[in-house]
This record gives sequence, structure tokens and C-alpha cells, in this order.
Amino acid sequence: MNGQRHFNLLARVLHWSMAIAILAMLFVGAAMVVSLRHRELLLDLHRPLGLAILLLAIVRLANRLRHPPPPLPADLPQIQVWAAKASHWLLYALMFAMPIIGWAMLSAGAYPVVLFDGVNLPPILPHSPVMYGFLRPLHGVLAYVLFFTILAHLGAALFHAWVRRDGVFSQMARGK
Amino acid sequence: MTRPTPRRGSLILLLPIFLIVAFLSLLFAWVGGWFGGKGVTPQAMANTAEASGSPQPGFRRAHSKGICIVGTFAPTPAAAQLSTARVFSQASTPVLGRFSNPGNDPHAPDNKAAVRGMALQLKTDDGQEWRMAMNSFPFFASSTPEGFQAMNVARLPDPATGKPDPEKMKAVLAKHPEIAKFMEWSKSAPTPDSLANTRFNGVNAFRLVDAEGRERVVRWSMRPHAPFVASDPEQLKSASRDFLGEDLDRRLAAGPLQWDMVMQFAAPGDPIEDPSKAWPDTRPETRVGTLTLVRAQAQAGGPCFDLNFDPLILPKGIVATDDPVLHARSAVYSVSFNRREREISSGQANASNGSAQ
Repeated sequence: MNGQRHFNLLARVLHWSMAIAILAMLFVGAAMVVSLRHRELLLDLHRPLGLAILLLAIVRLANRLRHPPPPLPADLPQIQVWAAKASHWLLYALMFAMPIIGWAMLSAGAYPVVLFDGVNLPPILPHSPVMYGFLRPLHGVLAYVLFFTILAHLGAALFHAWVRRDGVFSQMARGK
Repeated sequence: MTRPTPRRGSLILLLPIFLIVAFLSLLFAWVGGWFGGKGVTPQAMANTAEASGSPQPGFRRAHSKGICIVGTFAPTPAAAQLSTARVFSQASTPVLGRFSNPGNDPHAPDNKAAVRGMALQLKTDDGQEWRMAMNSFPFFASSTPEGFQAMNVARLPDPATGKPDPEKMKAVLAKHPEIAKFMEWSKSAPTPDSLANTRFNGVNAFRLVDAEGRERVVRWSMRPHAPFVASDPEQLKSASRDFLGEDLDRRLAAGPLQWDMVMQFAAPGDPIEDPSKAWPDTRPETRVGTLTLVRAQAQAGGPCFDLNFDPLILPKGIVATDDPVLHARSAVYSVSFNRREREISSGQANASNGSAQ
């Protein structure tokens, strides 16, 4: 088998580990904003996990640019090709945007950006109620966009795996 | 290289795909509180605070009226033995704070403010930050945020009569009997005639962590150097709307105002997670520092206005307990802050005139 028919090992490891991390992040985020007792605990998880996702996204993008993904099947309808490409770039954009917006909004809200007890990140925006009041709701809205894009991605992946059976799923699931 | 055309799967297999996606959607909606109510939420508590008066866009949902204050904190030598927090070893730490009145009316008359708040932000040279929000009451109204919420809902005017329904409050007191003790206190306790001679209490318990990693459970208070003088109820009636702020300005013009910060230590068995129960006055105490205020400033356009004095923003060396009221305060302050900053950002908060645009 030739290697171009599959994502390389680094891409696959990053894909599956980030899939778990990002889904966990979305559920933690959804739970913490309505929690009366566990907000702080969840927030303490949310911030370092968000930074970890941002760092992994950088590695992942660099790897993707160096190692182009395997081609989609030639018989895939044009609309599905377009949907696949658009959703992938949307997922990449949100993987970067969500942690950066989170960091920026805490900075604009004059909150300390606590990574671990005693270790803070520097602010990346000055204290600005106007910026905070814009970025905080944006963070929430984009979280829903990310969640629904992931669901569409999951649905499409399972469609390739179970209905089309065209090898697209195994490009990411297996090395050979 | 050509591959054989794959054998397609049955379209029936769309069903499990649909079910998986639907299950994840429902799980996410449930976790996010869209259905299947999980009791009181911070949003519900902020809604109740909003419902207690007319909308005040841009202002805090509670303790809306306030004054910014500026000063310093200087620790005693004993403080560094109790906690590794830099604020207890640094010679002096700049303080930004806020005095507040209860309620959601940012222009409420001061003679109606039986309870007062003092919130502080201390930023040390190691980049750590401590925010606290104290009140003049010696213990909190309820053991739980649920009890506090029930009390506030019972205080809302009944749509039929325009007045709170006493039957509702009776039901709340039957379920949360500790609230009666707080009501007794607020009826009988004399109100100090100035912010300068008001004692402010942290009410919630925290853990101080020393250099050996040993933890001590404490509650703190700010005890004024200015002697206590009870306000005269007759004089209060005719007092000016902003007499507390005017008095503060007058006193600060004459010189700085000081409070001792005192840590009270819990004995084994003391209720750590119940802020409605004060610990006995006989518990050991240590003075850990002096707060000196030098300047006050209107909150409109002031540096304290757009800060969330979240009591869970703690420096290394100070740790929260599981007191549910403490955690709920942090959650509700966050909702209040998000709502008002959004109002400021979207231009609906001109009346508050308080943001650094």
C-alpha cells in the first residue's frame, strides 16, 4: 500500500486525541456556565485544556501543510467534495479561534488568565468592557458552531464508513 | 491505480448514524441546561436580582450602587507564617476596591442601605491576584444558594397585589429556618453611621496554605480603626441620598482610613461550609495586615466599575473551601458581569456611563 492513501501517523494521533479533547472541552464549557457549584473546578480544567488544544492545532496545521491529506474518491459528488473541504477548514479555523478568543476575552475582562495554581498567562488584549462584551458571547456562539460542525463531520465520516464504504474513513482510522 | 468499486452499504445504516448524532445533540443540550432542569442555575439567580427592580443596563445585578476606592495593604509579620501568598510578604500591595449598597438600584438612597459591601482587588509583584467581596453582615442569610434564591423569589412583589406574599416567605422559612436568624439580625443590629466605621466580613471560609503545606481554615474580616457610631434612625430619615459617599469624601480629605484585616481560625467541628453560622467569638484570631484607603472616586468612569470582584480569584497560598454559597457567588457574579458588559458593548448602557470606552 502506498502511504498517500492514508493520513500519516502524526495526523491520525492528533486527530483522535484532539477529537476527545475538543468534545470534552465543549461539554465542560456547556456545563460550567450553568453550574452553581462546580464552575471553578470546570474552569480550572477548561483553561489549560484550551491552551493544549491551541498548541496541538499549531502542530497539526504544520503537519497538514507538509503532508497533504490523501485524495477524496474520484466518484464523490462535487457537492460532497465541497462540503468536506469547507467543513475541514471551518474545523481548523475554530480550533484556533476558540482558544484565542477565550484567552482574549479573559484579558479584555481584566481576569487573570490562570493556567495552573500560581501560573498565569499574560493578557493578549488590554482591559476593555467593549471587547469583553463582544468576545464573551462570540465564544459561546462559536462553541455551538464548532459542536454542530463536529456532528456533521462525524455523521459524514460514518456515512463514508458504513454506506459509501469508499475507504475515506479508513484513511483516518488505519495506517494501512 | 484503479480500485474496485466498493460495495455500498444499505441506506438503512443511515438510521444508526442519525441516532448517534441525535444522541450527542441531546446529551450536549442536557449538559448545557436546555432541558431537564438541574435545580437553581446562576442565570436564574441573576434573573431574580433583575426582577427585584427596574432594568439598569450596564450595572451590576446586585450591589449596583457603589464607589471606587484606592489604597494599599500592608501585612503584619505574622501573616507570612500563615500563607505563602505574596500579599503577606510583600511590604505593601496596591488596592483597588469598591464600597457598595445592596439591591439593584444604582441610585438608591443610602439611608435604605442596612447592609454594605466592600470588595477589593490586590495584585502582587509575582503576578498573582486576590479579589474578595465582603459584607457588613456577620453571617450569610442562608446555608445554601438554593435557600438564598428562595428567599429572594419570595421577596418579589406578587403580580396580583404588587406586594410580596407573606405566605411564600413563611414557606421559605419553614424550609430554610436559618434565614429567620438573618432577618432577626437585620431588624435589630445597629447600622454604623459611616462606611469608615463599618466592619466588613468575608463570611465564607477559605484555607490558608503555609510554606510547609499546612492548611488552616479561616474566615476574615476588616475591622475599622474609626470607632463605631450607630446611625440615629431619626437623622437617617432626612439624610441625603448619597450621604455615605459624602461622608467618605469628607473623611478622606482629612486623612487616610484604615481597617485591620483579621483571620479567625476554625476549631475542629466548626461549620466550614455553612456561611449562615458564625463561629464563636472565642476562636483564636490573628491580625494579618492593615488596609489603608486614601482616595474614593465615583464608580461611573471609575476603575472598579468594569471589574468582577469574583471571590474565587485567589492567589497561590489561599484556597477556597467547598462552601456552596462561595461557589454560587462566583458563578452568579460571572453571569452579572457577562450581561452588563454585553450591554455596554452593544451600546445599551449609556445610563451607566461607567465604562472606559
